[in-house]
Amino acid sequence: MLQVVVSRSFADFTPQATFDIKKCDLHRLEEGPPVKAELTREQGLQYYRTMQTVRRMELKADQLYKQKIIRGFCHLYDGQEACAAGIEAAINPSDHLITAYRAHGYTYTRGVSVKEILAELTGRRGGVAKGKGGSMHMYAPHFYGGNGIVGAQVPLGAGIALACQYQGNNQVCVTLYGDGAANQGQLFESYNMAALWKLPCIFICENNKYGMGTSVERAAASTDYYKRGDFIPGLRVDGMDVLCVREATQFAADHCRAGKGPIIMELQTYRYHGHSMSDPGVSYRTREEIQEVRSKSDPISMLKERMLSHNMASVEEFKEIDIEIRKQVEEATQFATSDPEPPLEELCNHIFSKNPPLEVRGTSPWSKLKSVS
Amino acid sequence: MAASLRCFLRSGKNTVSALQRRDFHRSAPAAVQMTVRDALNQAMDEELERDERVFLLGEEVAQYDGAYKVSRGLWKKYGDKRIIDTPISEINVLLQAGLRPICEFMTFNFSMQAIDQIINSAAKTYYMSAGLQSVPIVFRGPNGASAGVAAQHSQCFAAWYGHCPGLKVVSPWNSEDAKGLLKSAIRDENPVVVLENELLYGVPFEMSEEAQSKDFTIPIGKAKIERQGNSITLVAHSRYVGHCLDAAAVLAKEGIECEVINLRTIRPMDVETIETSVMKTNHLVTVEGGWPQFGIGAEICARIMEGPAFNYLDSPVTRVTGVDIPMPYAKILEDHSLPQVKDIIFSVKKTLNI
Repeated sequence: MLQVVVSRSFADFTPQATFDIKKCDLHRLEEGPPVKAELTREQGLQYYRTMQTVRRMELKADQLYKQKIIRGFCHLYDGQEACAAGIEAAINPSDHLITAYRAHGYTYTRGVSVKEILAELTGRRGGVAKGKGGSMHMYAPHFYGGNGIVGAQVPLGAGIALACQYQGNNQVCVTLYGDGAANQGQLFESYNMAALWKLPCIFICENNKYGMGTSVERAAASTDYYKRGDFIPGLRVDGMDVLCVREATQFAADHCRAGKGPIIMELQTYRYHGHSMSDPGVSYRTREEIQEVRSKSDPISMLKERMLSHNMASVEEFKEIDIEIRKQVEEATQFATSDPEPPLEELCNHIFSKNPPLEVRGTSPWSKLKSVS
Repeated sequence: MAASLRCFLRSGKNTVSALQRRDFHRSAPAAVQMTVRDALNQAMDEELERDERVFLLGEEVAQYDGAYKVSRGLWKKYGDKRIIDTPISEINVLLQAGLRPICEFMTFNFSMQAIDQIINSAAKTYYMSAGLQSVPIVFRGPNGASAGVAAQHSQCFAAWYGHCPGLKVVSPWNSEDAKGLLKSAIRDENPVVVLENELLYGVPFEMSEEAQSKDFTIPIGKAKIERQGNSITLVAHSRYVGHCLDAAAVLAKEGIECEVINLRTIRPMDVETIETSVMKTNHLVTVEGGWPQFGIGAEICARIMEGPAFNYLDSPVTRVTGVDIPMPYAKILEDHSLPQVKDIIFSVKKTLNI
């Protein structure tokens, strides 16, 4: 769909380059991911497009929330795009992924369109969960949400990994959680079982330095989240560099697929927004800090600069992509704000799976509603 | 004359001005408007001041001033020792020997992470130890539906906690309820679950002069009749008390006078107040936000049926409840998942066979 109008032909661009990436800190590992990453032009443009789409989608969600078109909870992902993009670049669509409530980015990378995501946020029938789930409850094949209770998704992820092992399908499960969730007991139960049974589970802690309003130092006795799995090997990764994330995830996936059991990755990342749209995000951190990350470590800027400096793409090309993404997000917004709400007949559906239709009590004994699977 | 005398006696202080006010006495003593949030804040502030052993712990309660700002200003006033920010570890319910913790759950949905401790460690311990070990702990936080927070953040736990012997469970509606019940809960020697409501936090209510006092408490286990009436009894807790009063105002225009009972306490439930009312009105409608099966209304029905009021019923009790589904996100669906004032009006008329 992209019509790249550039003054130079593609032959002028470097098709592939190798970049130095930060070495990962290792825990119980003899060697880690490579310190050099190869990037083709196509890959670079694709990662750029993915991250920029997530960025613009999240900023649009911010706007819609302030207009009260999105309601309830809304936890935005801007700043952390390299994590979602890098992970997806290293796994297969047939692999599995589960995360917590800061899930819009992963919903996109796992294959749901911006249109369906925004329409879910605005609570319309065209939303990926038909408007019934909202921000924290979006699902897709091999993507298990979107979970509202902090940490609860981690045992679920270990369970999915168990299913992969059981079925012998060589798939892995990427199980994400944040620095706040890292202190939940249920994680340690999952670590134990995953290690005991050598489950193909990649536990990934997205450490964005704050669990809502509580900085990591105030919440954790040890902030070395990649070591918290104790007997499970771990990697600490620069989560603002999409190539670093990709290489680390590739390494982790190889580790799991080789039958070596689970592995933990800590992605050091940052969120520009507060915890959610009801948190301005400046009572527990300074605006200077946010600004510094934006100017020095923005994942999208970093990738763009790398590609430009190695002559892998042109400034115009990136502009074209930006324009196209803006258009795509605008169209999705149009849909999300004009699509009708779900019909009332939907209210009671989807209680049970593969069940004959049943009667559901409404607000009074005379209100008998219908539920189909 | 009698009113001003009551005013004089109740206030204690300002006796001279009370007597002087006698000629101008038209309304109740100086009441102020206070939001539920501020009432809860005041309750905790007063109890923290009164008893050194009381302290507050929970996620974001200290430096963030509380996720819903209920504990605003308390950390500044009392410091790290008395107001403690915890990591996200709900299950760390501390049996702090000799202390009196207030544990805030950011919402009661997260209390499920700790529910084993609440039931097995808090509720049952005094019994299991035959009186050796008491558990003077308060669990508080928002309960039930909010607005647009979807399935995992909208559940009502009144029936869940109300089921368990060893626990006391209260559910305040207005600011006076909030302050009085929370203070009683903190002073109680037993584990008390305080089910607040996020949508009510910002709502201002009148606080009588009595309620403004530092020793104002509301007894746990006593319901309050918010509105007198003869046609039918409405029983509700928390937000739905307001809905019932709204419905009553509409029905009054048609000559139907509802008696509205604010349960205030879920466990131990004040069945006597309900029975007395039913024996007067002969009709009963219960209203709750929670799911119907095994809920508050179901319990009220059972208790009425087992007691003297049964013979006074002219029609079966009607339960108005949330719809029996997980909470959907889309506004139109969410609005239809919970009792509306019109649902209460409809149910009243059906019950009265009008």
